[in-house]
Amino acid sequence: MRRTMLFLPGNTPNMLINGDTLGADSIIYDLEDAVSPDEKDAARILVRNTLKYMRGKGCEIIIRINPIESDYWQADLEEVIPCKPDLIMPTKVGSGQDVQIVAEAITALEKRAGIPEGSVGILPLIETALGVEKAFDIASASPRVAGIFLGGEDLTADLHCKRTREGQEIFYSRCRLVCAARACGVEAYDTPFTDVEDMLGLEKDTQLAKSLGFSGKAVISPRHVETVNALFSPTMEEIEYAHDVMDAIEEGRRQGKGVISLRGKMIDAPIVKRATQVLEMERQMFGGEDV
Amino acid sequence: MSKLVGSVREAVQAVGLTDGMTISFHHHLRNGDYVLNMVLAEIAGMGLKDLNVNASSIFDVHEPIIEHIKKKVVTGLEVNYMGGKVGRAISEGILEKPVIFRSHGGRAGDMDRGAAKVDVAFIAAPCADDMGNMSGKYGPSACGSLGYAFSDAMCAKKVVVITDHLVPYPLLDCSIPEGYVDVVVQVDKIGDASRIVSGTTKITRDPVGLRIAYLASQVVKHSGYLKDGFSFQTGAGGASLAVAKYVEEMMEKEGIKGSFCMGGITGYLVSMMEKGYFETILDVQCFDLAAIASIRDNKNHQEISATRYASPAAKSCAVDSLDVVILGATQVDTDFNVNVHTDSNGYIMGGSGGHCDTAKGAKLAIVVAPLIRARLPLIVDQVLCKSTPGETIDVIVTQRGIAVNPKNQKLKEALIAAHLPVKDIRELKRMAEEIAGVPKAVTCTGRVVANVLYRDGTLMDTIRKKA
Repeated sequence: MRRTMLFLPGNTPNMLINGDTLGADSIIYDLEDAVSPDEKDAARILVRNTLKYMRGKGCEIIIRINPIESDYWQADLEEVIPCKPDLIMPTKVGSGQDVQIVAEAITALEKRAGIPEGSVGILPLIETALGVEKAFDIASASPRVAGIFLGGEDLTADLHCKRTREGQEIFYSRCRLVCAARACGVEAYDTPFTDVEDMLGLEKDTQLAKSLGFSGKAVISPRHVETVNALFSPTMEEIEYAHDVMDAIEEGRRQGKGVISLRGKMIDAPIVKRATQVLEMERQMFGGEDV
Repeated sequence: MSKLVGSVREAVQAVGLTDGMTISFHHHLRNGDYVLNMVLAEIAGMGLKDLNVNASSIFDVHEPIIEHIKKKVVTGLEVNYMGGKVGRAISEGILEKPVIFRSHGGRAGDMDRGAAKVDVAFIAAPCADDMGNMSGKYGPSACGSLGYAFSDAMCAKKVVVITDHLVPYPLLDCSIPEGYVDVVVQVDKIGDASRIVSGTTKITRDPVGLRIAYLASQVVKHSGYLKDGFSFQTGAGGASLAVAKYVEEMMEKEGIKGSFCMGGITGYLVSMMEKGYFETILDVQCFDLAAIASIRDNKNHQEISATRYASPAAKSCAVDSLDVVILGATQVDTDFNVNVHTDSNGYIMGGSGGHCDTAKGAKLAIVVAPLIRARLPLIVDQVLCKSTPGETIDVIVTQRGIAVNPKNQKLKEALIAAHLPVKDIRELKRMAEEIAGVPKAVTCTGRVVANVLYRDGTLMDTIRKKA
């Protein structure tokens, strides 16, 4: 479950040690844009040490590394892979080959560190026009790919258009990404809403992302976590309905019924799939306790 | 007839102040106060010695008192709060006699019942007439409520009013009336307006502070007290105010109308009253300009004395009607005792203020604090100073979890049912130590430099000299 992925600059110790308390499902330690070139090495060391000493606090850790065109990405990986982050987020990914380059580097480092191959996943950040058009190739480039993530800011620059509150300019890219991800059986994550103060705008943008099929959304401010979590969480009614679906199936099975219906509607495969997803989210949100 | 005299010296002479007497001051002018320093300088200049100073609080601006202590002009000190500068000097042992620390309610109670005697009260009044009717709501040094000065005025044998804004008799809308006053002095300035109150008090933007505040608001929500008639007190610190913000959002959503909010009042609480979330504000102290404007202009914003606020000697006081209070802490121990008097090295840098009063009175006392502060874990085996007894604290909220006092099992169950991160207090301690390490034990073995009295006047703890 990655309803929210919170970006934290890799060079802010107080934020790094407290990141897992801010309510996000995942936190992204950023070694790329948030860190100036002369601080890259210090940030890498800080992130590595945070990974070493702050693990196991119940929050997934993603490391955003520098683009493979840069001089930094390999050093980024060398520093963090031995500490086994959950996911690496390569940036400005434009092809399946980009993913494979990163995956091979990770494999080598996993071997060197003596950790099982495939321990670290990849969540490519797609933020160029080329990347959007190659989304399917990217999503299917490696078994390490857990999902693909749309970066709206760089993308609009590449598209020669303005980033707006309504987001019409990235509508196509959003749809394309979701479709590619689902076609490959991986998750799709939406770009952050960048106006920290505009809570209404955040709500609308998140609702739109959810309606298009995204599984979650990145956030750049801890203040956005609660809203995004709430909108990507199943409602209590949905949870109750999912329980009812499972109860009805169980009851039908006991009675030897072939066709099972609930509240006058037949329970078919998509309903069961949806109910299973909701219950899995419930388990992750509440630890499986009754609500 | 007029009570006006020409100078502070004349006032001191007029009330017959002599060596060995007790004089008192209030702290409504906070870090902008000129009056305590002004009076002590005059007294020292007159050659008086061996005075006992009962000041409701001592701030850093009162640093000159250190010299008066060294020169034996001041030989006794009674306070409810003491800032770090004077606190450090006291911890280092400059005063032979131990400082007496009380709470706001305890001070008022001890004065009212005669356990703390005052010979002369010097009351800084932002506005007064020549007969001594006074108010904090008007004038260039306005501070709003004069809540802590009521007991001084009513209980001291002699009362001197010091003002920089003398108005023609009679001052309308006075807080403390002339009947208690012996002498009035006009001076150029009683304080620095910019340091008496802040322009605005702001909600923290620190994500960790906001997380703590959010969790605290969830505790309030699931405690069962957040319903029509709800009463609430929170401090002026950024994280405490953030709790108010989250509480307001819940009140809006649920359509809840509260009865009163209390304590040090900020513009944020004023705006909550103006929006109809609370009927009334009971104000013992204003913290910002919006609070001062409100206490002056809004009849629902009422000034209350420290006695009405929190005195355990009164037949009842407002803290006893409080549902929820949000409090801070420098240290908490595994028995839920709270230290707000010393820093983690044992140096004095605070005091109870209303901490132990509201903790005792409120139905739900919530302490909010970061689990680690400047590399030091919040939770220890034993606090260096017991400011508020653990049995009066219900919940400790940190960014990494919520510890519920075992005496409050029902609340614990409610919070667990609401899927809040409830943890045993020892588990929180362990988590902090895992991140920050176990701090080296601090030992203070010197002589006693301060006695900390509980609100009922009994000795609760002592603070010892730093080696």
